[in-house]
Amino acid sequence: MTLLRRGEYHAFESDGAPYVYLVPSAAVFRLDDASCAVLDALGDDDVALDSLAGSLAPRFAPAEVRATVHELLGARAIRAVAAPVEPVRAEPPRRRIPLTTLVLNVTSKCNLSCTYCYEYGEDRIVEASRKPRFMNEETARQSVDFMFAEAGESPVVHLTFFGGETLLNFKVLKSALAYAKERATALGRQVDASLTTNATLLREETIDWIVENDVGVTVSMDGAREQQDRFRVFANGQGSYDVIIPNVRELLRRHRRPVGARVTLTGQNLDVIGIYRHLAEEIGFWEVGFAPVTTSWQREHAIQEEGFDRMLGQFRELAAEYLEHSLAGRHHGFSNVRDTLEEIHKGLSKSHPCGAGLGLMGVATDGDVALCHRFAGSDAHRLGSVQDGVDHAKQADFLTRHHIANKTDCATCWARPLCAGGCYHEAHTRYGSTTEPNLHYCEWIRAWTDTCLRVYGTLAERKPEFLRQFE
Amino acid sequence: MRHLKPVNRKARQIESMHAEKDVVALQQGGSPAPSGPHIPLGCSFVFAPGWEVDSSGGTAGLCQPVERDLFDCHITCFWPAHVPDLYNHAPDWTGSCAAAQKDWRKIDLIFP
Repeated sequence: MTLLRRGEYHAFESDGAPYVYLVPSAAVFRLDDASCAVLDALGDDDVALDSLAGSLAPRFAPAEVRATVHELLGARAIRAVAAPVEPVRAEPPRRRIPLTTLVLNVTSKCNLSCTYCYEYGEDRIVEASRKPRFMNEETARQSVDFMFAEAGESPVVHLTFFGGETLLNFKVLKSALAYAKERATALGRQVDASLTTNATLLREETIDWIVENDVGVTVSMDGAREQQDRFRVFANGQGSYDVIIPNVRELLRRHRRPVGARVTLTGQNLDVIGIYRHLAEEIGFWEVGFAPVTTSWQREHAIQEEGFDRMLGQFRELAAEYLEHSLAGRHHGFSNVRDTLEEIHKGLSKSHPCGAGLGLMGVATDGDVALCHRFAGSDAHRLGSVQDGVDHAKQADFLTRHHIANKTDCATCWARPLCAGGCYHEAHTRYGSTTEPNLHYCEWIRAWTDTCLRVYGTLAERKPEFLRQFE
Repeated sequence: MRHLKPVNRKARQIESMHAEKDVVALQQGGSPAPSGPHIPLGCSFVFAPGWEVDSSGGTAGLCQPVERDLFDCHITCFWPAHVPDLYNHAPDWTGSCAAAQKDWRKIDLIFP
């Protein structure tokens, strides 16, 4: 007698059809009547195959039930109670993951004084005064050499410039990218450059360089005038909207590569749909991505629980709009849903929440290498330097300690293949440690992942060609 | 898979994994032909008493395809196959399999 039990999965409906998202494989299967009936009949109990076949006998022949059970066992949507379960072990990757993205913090200085900024605000982790304020040309060149050395055989490497305000160090941006292109040609590789800016310093000369070098641009911007000027202000308190808008329009007019906007949501700025309308439809950004502010919970700009509900409701509305546009073959720029759809399509099941310390690293102004741009310059999160290379023992230790298998709170969550505990920096800011999972986001992440799964199911059924862009 | 429709890339990988690992009988004719190296799934291919000569030293009664092994080998063969414990633990493991050549897929799964 074989006792059967439900495996770990999240059941959802899309366009009226039943689906399962399996954990931890991250596979998505559509169910037919028989497989639905078997999963329902199992419920939360252990049921013998014979009695399962017996209870479903009026609707399905025993052979049909057995065949269905066989398939469900193969996909691990159910399991035999007596079959041993192999535990997931916390260990570093078996082979070294090549570096594919290097983020250069070319300056820690900024000409804006956004009150919620994690780099300067009350939650900062790097004492900026201890490091040079600007990266010099030599360190930038060493960073490029480091990037190619750590990239292994990767045919394309991504060089991203970050700050502070990136364009305050335009001279070094220019020389670093020129050197990276020269090295790429010599090594037979390709380099793809991008930067994030607050758009205050986008002048003719900078736009010329961006267009000429096909640099990807993300503009940090919070919405219309009132939203933008609430937090994104100059040191004297003056808002930045009127300064950046002509620059942004000029960039969008001239740049061939799609330009994205990246919005920081706060307790005071949660009109997601209004912001989207303004940035995507009125200003003309190709994509708009939203992220809640990273902050301690007690700060004034922190998003409280009801704020997350409001955010989710609007994310869902935009996701529905994204689906409608995609089915009709039209572009929609809500990048949060696009990013999640890509991960669902590929079936990513993450051992770590993001590429930080794996395929992505951040470089501080003095050449210290850390997990990502948010930790660049923090001695406690240093993994090496561009001059001396990565301390691979330290990296392996970090990856082992932060493996999903060590996040006990995540062990029973169905969303862990995509979330894996969430941002290290967010956790560090909230709980004082990068190893903590971001428990304040759990409900939100599950609800949002469920929304994206529903969008995915409908697209897969009604417009499969749309998903080919993620291959 | 007939009851589960793979939707994303991972699901398709799971499906193909199972398609490749299905049991293939030695004497299975017709198409599709079994893919990959065909390793005999007999009672023993290392010492191969039944693959090269039969129990009487001739070649008339060589080992049969795997579905027949299940019954022939453990009951009649001089070199018996490993089967579940028929007397205590799993007396009815082949209960729903009346004609092994056709319905060997119905043989129950046995776990320790």
